[in-house]
Formats: sequence, C-alpha cells, structure tokens
Amino acid sequence: MSSLRILVGVKRVVDSAVKVRVNSAQTGVETGNIKHSMNPFDEIAVEEAVRLREKHGQEVVKEIIALSCGPAKAQETLRTALAMGADRAIHVKTDAELEPLSVAKLFSKVVGEEKPDLVILGKQVIDDDANQTGQMLAGLLGWPQATFASKVDIKDRVLEVVREVDGGLETVSSSLPAIVTTDLRLNEPRYASLPNIMKAKKKPLKVVSPEDLGVEIRSRLQTLKVTEPAKRQGGKLVGSVDELLDKLRNEAKVL
Amino acid sequence: MFASIRGRCGPAKQLVSTVRAAVPRGRTTLLAAGLICRANYHKPVRNEAFKRLTKDDLNFFKTIVPSETILATAQVGGTADAVELEGFNADWLNKYRGNSQLVLRPKTAEQVSQILQYCNTHNIAVVPQGGNTGLVGGSVPVHDEIVLSLRNMNKVRSYDELSGILVCDAGCVLEELGNYVGERGHVMPLDLGAKGSCHIGGNVATNAGGIRFLRYGSLHGSVLGLEVVLPDGTILDNLSTLRKDNTGYDLKQLFIGSEGTLGVITGVSVATPQRPSAVNVAVLGVPTYECVQRAFKLARKRCGEVLSAYEFWDANCMGAVLKHHELKSPLSAEFPFYVLIETSGSNKEHDDEKLGALLEELMEEGIAEDGALAQDDSQIARMWSMREGIPESLGKTGATYKYDVSIPIPVLYDIVGDIAQRLESASLYKPGDMTRPVKIVCGYGHIGDGNLHLNVVAGQFEDRVTEIFEPYVYEWVASHRGSISAEHGVGLMKRDYLRYSKSPEMIAYMKRVKDLFDPNHILNPYKVV
Repeated sequence: MSSLRILVGVKRVVDSAVKVRVNSAQTGVETGNIKHSMNPFDEIAVEEAVRLREKHGQEVVKEIIALSCGPAKAQETLRTALAMGADRAIHVKTDAELEPLSVAKLFSKVVGEEKPDLVILGKQVIDDDANQTGQMLAGLLGWPQATFASKVDIKDRVLEVVREVDGGLETVSSSLPAIVTTDLRLNEPRYASLPNIMKAKKKPLKVVSPEDLGVEIRSRLQTLKVTEPAKRQGGKLVGSVDELLDKLRNEAKVL
Repeated sequence: MFASIRGRCGPAKQLVSTVRAAVPRGRTTLLAAGLICRANYHKPVRNEAFKRLTKDDLNFFKTIVPSETILATAQVGGTADAVELEGFNADWLNKYRGNSQLVLRPKTAEQVSQILQYCNTHNIAVVPQGGNTGLVGGSVPVHDEIVLSLRNMNKVRSYDELSGILVCDAGCVLEELGNYVGERGHVMPLDLGAKGSCHIGGNVATNAGGIRFLRYGSLHGSVLGLEVVLPDGTILDNLSTLRKDNTGYDLKQLFIGSEGTLGVITGVSVATPQRPSAVNVAVLGVPTYECVQRAFKLARKRCGEVLSAYEFWDANCMGAVLKHHELKSPLSAEFPFYVLIETSGSNKEHDDEKLGALLEELMEEGIAEDGALAQDDSQIARMWSMREGIPESLGKTGATYKYDVSIPIPVLYDIVGDIAQRLESASLYKPGDMTRPVKIVCGYGHIGDGNLHLNVVAGQFEDRVTEIFEPYVYEWVASHRGSISAEHGVGLMKRDYLRYSKSPEMIAYMKRVKDLFDPNHILNPYKVV
C-alpha cells in the first residue's frame, strides 16, 4: 500500500466528568477554573489514527497530524494528542466563537496545505453536540464521508468503515481521501505514558491564525438563552399496593 | 465504577469491650474457650450475665421507636425472618457472624438514649452499627447483642458555607456527605473504598484513615465535636463548631477510635476542606521497594504542598485487580511495584509544571521505569479504581486474611516477603500456583502514612494457615515498634493482640476509661479491651 497521512481534529472542552452549571448571565455554561480535557470522541479519533499506524506500520502511515482550532490553551490538548502518538500539531489560534461551519472551513484550508489521505474527527464535541463539522468538511472538500464509525480499516487505499445505525451495523467503503467521524465504540483510548509525554514536548507545534488561512470567522447563530433542565422530582415511598394503585390512578393518571 | 467499589479500610464498627466479671480474658483462656465458627475465628463465650431478650423487652422498645424501625425474630416475640437480620449479623467479609434476634433503628438521639438506658438497667448487651463495613469484626454482634443501627439517623443538621463546617447525624453515608459538601465547593477530609456504604459515625468511632490522610490528617484533627449517648442514657452534647476550644479535657477524642465501646455517636461536627480545583493523578511502574521510597522522598521534595496521595501496591495486587475488574493497565509492561501519585491544588498550570518536573526526574533517574499521567477525569477515576479495587478483587479470589499495620517505612514491605517465605516453607504457598491452600500473598497501602495492608488470600480460613502468621505478624510488628492496627481498629479480631502495641499500663488505663463510661460493659462487648 502506498503511504498515508492522517489528519485528526481535537478540541479542548470541559471534562466529561464535570457537572456543568449554567452561568448567571444565562449565556452559556461556567468554564472558569473548571477541569478541561480533550473531547472524548477526539481522543478516540487520535487513538484510531495511532492504531492504524500500529497495524500498517510506519512506512504506510507516514504521518499523523493533530489540528485544533481555538484559544491558546488548545495547545494543552494538542500536546495530549502528541503524547498519544501524533507526530506534529497545528494550532489555529483564535479567541473567536467557532461554529461548525467555521471549523470546517479552517480544516478545509489546512487539508489543502497538508494534503492528508484521511481526516478523522470526533462525531461531535460534547460542549455543543452539533455533529456537523465532519459532514460540512466533506461537503466543502467534495470527499466521501463515513460517519459514526465503530470499526475502521484500510486495504489497498480502500477505506472500509462499519457504522452503527438503527437496528444494526452498516458497512460502507470508499476511496481515499475521505472523512471519518468516530463513535464511542470504535476503540478505548490509551493512557499517555510518561516517556511519550516527555517526547511530546519536543514534537513540532505550528501556530497559525484564521487570517493566515484566509478564513473569515463569522457567527451565524445567536444564543438567546441557556437554562438548566427542570429538576427531577424525587421518588416517593408507598406503604401498600393499594396506595400504589391509588397514586397511579389518581396522581400519575396512568391507569 | 468508583462508587461501586466497596471496601478498603472500612470502619463502621462502633465499639466495645467485655463484661467485666464473666468474660474470660487473656488469649489462652479465650482460645481454649472459643468456638470454631464457620468463618473459623475464635469466638469468646457468651457472657451469661447479659439478659436474654424476651417479648417484654420487645414491647418496651416498641414504646420508644416506631415498629417499622424494629426487626425482631420470633425468638424474641417478633415476626421478622432471620434472613432479614442477616445483613446486620454478618460482616461484609463474611468472616464474623453474630446471632442477634433484634435490630433497632432509632431516628433520634433521644430514642438512642431511652434504648441504652433501658439496656443498661436490664443488663442487655448492645452493638452499635454504622454501615457495617468494618474489617475487624467490631461492627457485628458476637452472640445475641441487640444491633443498634444508626442508619435512620441520616440527615445533615447544618452546614456553614463560610467555614465549611458540617454538622450531621452519625448515620449519614460518607459518599453522600461528599456529594453534599462537593456541591458547595468542599470535600470530606477522609475518603476510603467503603465510602458508598460506610457511615460518618462509624468512621469517627473507628477513627478511619483512608486515602486523604496524607493531606488532611486524622479525624482527631478534623472532627470538631460529637454528640454521644452514654450507656446510662446521658446525651453528651459536644457538637461544637469551633476550631479552637481549649477548655479542659477534650472528651470527644476518647470516642474517636473507641469502636463503640464507650458510647454511641449520634452526631458529628466536622471541618471540611476547600475542594481542590486542579487534580492530577499519575501511575508509575517501579522496579524495587527501595525505589518506591526514593520516589516518595522526591515527591515530597518537589510537590510537597500539592501532594495529596501517595499509594503503592505490588504486582500480585495488580494481577488480581486487572483480572477481576477487567481493567487495562495504564502501563506497557508489568512491574514489581506500582505507585499512584495524586496532586491537588488550585492552580492547574502550577501543579502540572511541578508534577511534570517530578515525573521527568523519576524517569531520568530510573526510579520509575514507566508511568502514565491521567489526561482527564475518567482516566483519574480508572487509575484510582485500580488501587481502590484491590480489596474487592482479593475478596473475590478467596478468603482474605487482612493485616493492617504501621511499620517504619524502610522495613514496611519486608513483612510481605517474610510471610510468603514462611508459607512456602510450610508448603502452603507457591507464588503463582493457585491450587495451593494459599493463593496470593500481597501488600499495598498508604506509604506516605507508613501504613501497609498485608493481605493473604487462601482457599478458606483455616487454622494451619492462620497459625503461620498469628501471632507472628504481631510479634514482627512489635519488634519494629509498629502498630498492629494502623487504621482498621481492634474490634474482635485484634483484642487479644493489643498487648503487642500497647503496654500493660496503657491497657490498664484503657480499661479504667471503659469502666468509667460503661460500668456494666453493655456496649459492644467482647471487643477492643
């Protein structure tokens, strides 16, 4: 098989284990002094790229490039990707609010420069849950896309992806280059080992701006208000079956 | 995953001692008199000075507490099935088992007071019980003592947002308190594997240690006040919320670690520290025990003010935990020892930098041969679950003998090798051979606190195995001026070995303290002193 270059997208988000709270201005969730880490679906994307290399060898998967768009701290997340096995990183540095279309445009420009054969992205980011970037990027580039991947393989420059769909699994194949977005069951990401964390510090990380890439960041959506879901009512203990029936009939009105 | 793991240094035994006149003291007498029960421990004979319960007693208790809080078997005139009392009679290791016919679950300190007053007058033995996660047989009855469960006393009484001082009922579950103060930006000053079941009252009664000990110290420091009901019904209200109070004898300290032998703790006032906003966890693979110590020294030097836990376990522990929990090791190979380092602080960049420098140094010096740094909270939880899952994993492998000892750090791990050797010489154990009577000999614990958990997993509890390390372990510990119980307490298991850690004079004064608070010795009889 001829050689491959893989581009993976990573984003720094509020850690999935943190209980998020809506800020007092109701414009979003509180992010100050709160644990952030790599979007879990992006971790799976990096892991998959590294596994493809482990499977096919360094001569086939020549290079894994991690790309992140966002503020300065996105570099922490890029270092994690490097520690997991990416070879170099690109940071599109901007403090602007990024909607999926903007991210897709930034990615398409980087793809133009780096010419990867495969782009692996998380199917969604757990902050906005948009699930749009991979699809938009495929549209902008005119590339095939395989979303919600639970298994990925490449044979003779043919991509084969198993997708989780309603009622079962669907296997699709496409030529390269292509876009893959990852689902939860694709793999279990590795821990970053200390030797690799140390090596990651010395790997190249290039910083560019949206202007360098010729992309104008524009917001098309306006957030009107963010509120917390209604509090769940606590359960009740009933003393007897009769009382239960009475409550089901007269309070819950389900009988 | 975290919350479901039960078990490490669980407490929940509250109390006791023996009835003065009738119970034989001294190891020899006890062994001679002891019964071999299914779990194969030596059970002291019943003190016949204690009244056997009758229907009249039950009727009296019904006037004190609501009937739904009483579990009484037909033997004492009730209607409960013995199975319903099973969870109160047996400890979670299934090693100790009593035969109580009556469980009372009062809702207020006043009810506890009336119950104890009655029991004291009628010479009825009582075992106070929290979450029943203790490891030394302290929380279950030995014979037919009434089980006084605090589980219905489970309300937070007050919380001061400014000082972080929490006042609550004794029966509050530790993890629930952790969630409660967590929502308010604080943490409980102690944390242990049994957190999902154990009660704060039991924690205090047993002076539980756990994984935050290194950072926040003992409950003797963080408990500010207690409400305790004495056997005569007196309610000692010392539920202070003061950090400083030097007015005479600090009586509450006597109840911390008294294991329910002096009084029943019904309320606790505890200072909760600010919750750290930045937490890092790394797991290291370490070639020798000497390197475990060197790494600890360096960790304190480089990360002293943010170091919040330093735990270690050996390869046998790791094997059991990975197998049982189907976890993947964070490291690429197997190592003789594993170390978990946790930092907690308020400035992530600062902590990252310090921990990063420490880890690099450890690798460069060859003190650690491999390591992994958690990149997010779920990895932190998984790493902790390796350490916290050890007791449960061993428990699933067989009957686990648990020794919880404090020994000077340089010789801490030597005892594991010594015990393995003794078992091998007796042909009871061969490393890796799971068909021998003893399957696993392993050590883990809180190195930072000089506290080792020596665990021996056997096919079953049996005398020929027990004889290898009892009293050998206690003699070994005493010869190094260690403690035979670092954090698990004394309970029933170690009562007869107390002399290995305490002088005759000390024990004599302990007995005088017991006599003072519980002259009839009705509280948690047969245990502690």
